[in-house]
Amino acid sequence: MITSNKLNRRSFLKVSALAGGGLILSFNWLAGCKPEEIEEFGLPKEWFRLNGYIKIGENGLITIMSPNPEGGQNVKTSMPLIVAEELDADWKNVVVEQAPLDTDNFTRQFIGGSQAIRIGWIPLRTAGATARQLLINAASQEWNVPAAEITTESGYLIHQASNKRAHYGKMASLAATLPLPENVELKDISEFKLIGKSHKNVETKNIITGKPLFGIDYKKPGMLIAMIIHPPAHGMKLKSFDDSAAKNLPGIKGIFEFKSLQDDYSRTFFDTVSFTDLIAIVGNSTWQVLQAKKAISAEWEPIQSYEEKRDQFGNPTTRIVPAGLESEESQRVKMEAAAKSPRTFRKDGNPEQAFQNAAQVIERTYEAPFLSHNCMEPMNFFAHVQGDKVNCAGPLQKPELTEQALSQRLGIPVENIEIEMTRLGGGYGRRSYAHWLVEAAVISQKMNAPIKLIYTREDDMSGGIYRSRYHANYRAALDENNQLIGFHVIAGGLPENPLYPDRFPAGAVDNYWAEGWEVPSNLTTGSFRAPRSNFMAAVEQSFLDEVAEAAGKDPIDFRLELLKKAKTNPVGERNDYDPERYAGVLELVKSKSNWGQTPAGISRGVSAYFCHNSYAAQVVDLKVENGEVQIDKVFNAIDCGLVVNPDAAKNLCEGAVVDGIGTALFGELKFNQGIPDRMNFDQYRMIRSKEAPKEIETHFVESQEDPTGLGEPAYPPVFAALANALYQATGKRFYNQPFIQELNG
Amino acid sequence: MAQFNLNVNGKTQQVDVDPSTPLLWVLRDHLDLVGTKFGCGIAQCGACTIHLNGTAVRSCQLPVSAAEGAQITTIEGLSENGDHPVQQAWMEHDVPQCGYCQAGQIMTAAALLQQNPNPSDEEIENAMNGNICRCGTYLRIKAAVKTASQKL
Repeated sequence: MITSNKLNRRSFLKVSALAGGGLILSFNWLAGCKPEEIEEFGLPKEWFRLNGYIKIGENGLITIMSPNPEGGQNVKTSMPLIVAEELDADWKNVVVEQAPLDTDNFTRQFIGGSQAIRIGWIPLRTAGATARQLLINAASQEWNVPAAEITTESGYLIHQASNKRAHYGKMASLAATLPLPENVELKDISEFKLIGKSHKNVETKNIITGKPLFGIDYKKPGMLIAMIIHPPAHGMKLKSFDDSAAKNLPGIKGIFEFKSLQDDYSRTFFDTVSFTDLIAIVGNSTWQVLQAKKAISAEWEPIQSYEEKRDQFGNPTTRIVPAGLESEESQRVKMEAAAKSPRTFRKDGNPEQAFQNAAQVIERTYEAPFLSHNCMEPMNFFAHVQGDKVNCAGPLQKPELTEQALSQRLGIPVENIEIEMTRLGGGYGRRSYAHWLVEAAVISQKMNAPIKLIYTREDDMSGGIYRSRYHANYRAALDENNQLIGFHVIAGGLPENPLYPDRFPAGAVDNYWAEGWEVPSNLTTGSFRAPRSNFMAAVEQSFLDEVAEAAGKDPIDFRLELLKKAKTNPVGERNDYDPERYAGVLELVKSKSNWGQTPAGISRGVSAYFCHNSYAAQVVDLKVENGEVQIDKVFNAIDCGLVVNPDAAKNLCEGAVVDGIGTALFGELKFNQGIPDRMNFDQYRMIRSKEAPKEIETHFVESQEDPTGLGEPAYPPVFAALANALYQATGKRFYNQPFIQELNG
Repeated sequence: MAQFNLNVNGKTQQVDVDPSTPLLWVLRDHLDLVGTKFGCGIAQCGACTIHLNGTAVRSCQLPVSAAEGAQITTIEGLSENGDHPVQQAWMEHDVPQCGYCQAGQIMTAAALLQQNPNPSDEEIENAMNGNICRCGTYLRIKAAVKTASQKL
C-alpha cells in the first residue's frame, strides 16, 4: 500500500514551556518487563526528531508523541502503538509523551465521536513508516549499501548480506538531516506485530502512584486559586452582590464580577454556556476561596428573551433564547404541544396506508430525563495571561475549537495562545464545552497572575451542559403473516431533536416514516456519550423487542430477518449502516450467549445498535429479587474493524456497559423553577460496585476492516438489553428512564 | 490560622492553615501531594480516601485539626516504588480508564486487605461500594482486589 506523505518536520513551535521539568513520561518498560531489558536503553543524552510524532535518542530509545487528549479511552497507548508498528520499533523501548496542541503537526486533536483511531489510522501509520524509511536511508548511506536491501526488526536496522546490524539510535542523527521520502509503503495487516495484541496502558503506573497527571493537579509558582459563582437557576442572571463578609477573609486576593463570552460574540458549536455573567473569587488556597464563596450574598433576576449569534461551522445563524424558569411540568406541556406538529425527515412507501391495512398495530411512547455528565474530576483549568500571551493547561476535549473563543474574548491572536493538554478525569462530552477555560483566562487577565479555576461538584452539576430531555413515539404495523409492513417514529426533545432518520430499521421496512421536533429552551445541553444514539438505541431496541413479541418471533431472529431484507432488497438509498456487519454482531452474541438456552433463574434481553462507525450487540442476564436488580452477566459482541489493543478495547466496552446500566437505572436530573434538583452525589445516584454486573464478556468480530470507534458504540444498546431483560423478569415493560422508579413504583 | 504538625507518609511536616481546613486541601494545596483527589467534597465519592492510622477515611471531611498526631498515608506513601500488592494487582489487571478515582479505590482496597486479608466477593463489594468510578471499571477493581488478597 502506497500513501503520499503529508508530514512535515517542522519543530514544535508551540512545544510548551509550561511542561518544563515537570514533564511526566509514560514508559512502557515500567509496565512489567524484566529489569535487565531496561538497562540497555536508559535515557539518552540527545534526541533526534524525525517528524512531528517521533524522536529517537542516540542510544535507541524512541519517543512517540500521542496527539490526542486522553480521558480514559486509552488513546495515549493505542495511537503511539500504531506509530510504533510501522516504525518497527520495540514497544518496550518506546516512551510516550503527550503532544501539545499543534494543528500543523497533528490531525484532529479531539476527543469526540469515537474517531481518534479511525481518523488517525493512516496518518499515524504514515508517521511511523516515514521515520522507518528515513532510518533505512541513513543506514544505506552509512553502510554504502542499497536501501532496498536493508530490513528492520524491533528497533534494529539489518543488512543481511554484509552482516551489518545497528539499532535505530545509531542512525537517528543522520536520518534527521535527510530529505523526507516522497512515498512510503505501509505494512500489510498480516505483518503486524504490535497491533492486534494487548499492550498495557502506558499511564497505569503513574495513575496508581498518584502522579500529578490531571488539570486539577496543575501547579505553577505564584499560582492563585479561583472559583466562580453562577446563578442558582437557569433563566436567571446576576443583579448585584455583597462581598463585605468575604473580601477581608484570610488569603482572599480579589472578588469581582466578570463576563466570560461577550453578548455579541458569534458562538461556535462548542461555545455553549449557560451563564456568562459570573462572580470570581480569587485567593491563595482552595479552602480559603471556598469560605469566601460561601460568605458572598448575591441577588439574581430573571433574564429577558434574547438573540444569540451562532457560527454553525462557518454559517452565521441566530437563535432566540427564551426567558422563563422551567420546571418538569412546564416542559412537559411544551413538549406535548411540539410533538403534535413534527417535521418529516424521511418517508418511504406509503406508511399511512400500511397502518390502515395492518392486522395489528403496536404503539408505544418513551421518555428520558436530563442527565449530568458528572466527570469525576470537576471542571478546572490553569491560565496565565501575560500581556498578549496566554499559557494555559488543563483537561479539554476540543482544544482547537476552544482556542478560537479564547482568542476572540481576550483579543489575543491564536498564535500567542499555548494550550497544554493534561489528562482528563473523564469527559463523556462535557469537556467539549470549555467555557471554564475562557473564564480562567479572563480571571487571570484581570488578576494579572497565574490562576487555576476550580469548579465545585455543585458548580458543575448545576451549571448546565446536560443531556437533553427526550421523548419518542413509535408505531409498528404487522400484517396477518406477522410481517412488519409499516414503521413510524416521532422523536423530539427539549431542546434537542434526537432523531437519526436513516438508521435501522430504515431500509428494512417498505413503509417507513421518521418525524422529529424540538422545543427551544434556555437550558444548555450538549454532547453526552454517544449523543442522541444513547436515547434512540434505548427506545428503538426496546420497541423492536415488543414488536417481535407481538409477531410471535424470537427477538434476534426478528432483527436478522429485517437485516436480511435491508441487505437483499433495501428500501431507499440513504441507509447509513451495513446490514451484514449489523447482523454479524447479532449472530456473534447469539452464539456466545447460547441464546435460546437461558440459564435457570435468569432473565435475559438482547439489543443491538450501530453508531460511530461500529456495531454492538448485547445480551443482559439478570435477576430481580425484592425490587433489587442483580445483573449476572452481560455479553458484548462488537465489530469495530481491526482491534488495535484488545484488552484496552475490552476495558472500554466493559465501562460502557456499566455506565449504560447505571444511567438507565438511576440517571436523572429535573428542574424546578430553573433550579436543578440534583447538585451532588448524595442526590444524583451513580452506579456503584454492588450494582455493576458480576461478569462481562466481550467478543470482537474478527475483521480486517480499518479500525473504527469504541468509546461510544457499546454504550447506547445496553439500555435496551437491560429493559428487555427486566421485562422478562417482571412482566413489565420499561418506557421511562430511569427504570428504578418504575421498578419500585 | 494555626500551626499543625502532621505525620504524612512517615515524615513530619508543619503547615500553617485555618484549623477547619479539610486534610484534603492541606495535602493538595500545602504539601503538594495531589494524588489524593477532590471529587464531591461531601464524602460521597471516595476519590479523597487516605489512611488515618491505617483506616480508610475521607480526607475531604477530616479537619486538619483532627489529623494532628495521627499517621497519615496517602497514595504517594502507600509503597516506596508503587509496588504495594494492591498497586501490583492494579497493574496486572490494567484497571484504570480515566484514572481519576483510582487512588481512592486503591487506598480503600489496601485498608480493606489490611483488616481482612481474605475478603469474600461480597465483602469486597461492600468495602468498595463507597468509591464511585464514573468510567465503570468496577469489575476490574474487584478482580484486582481479589488478586491482591491472594498475594498477601
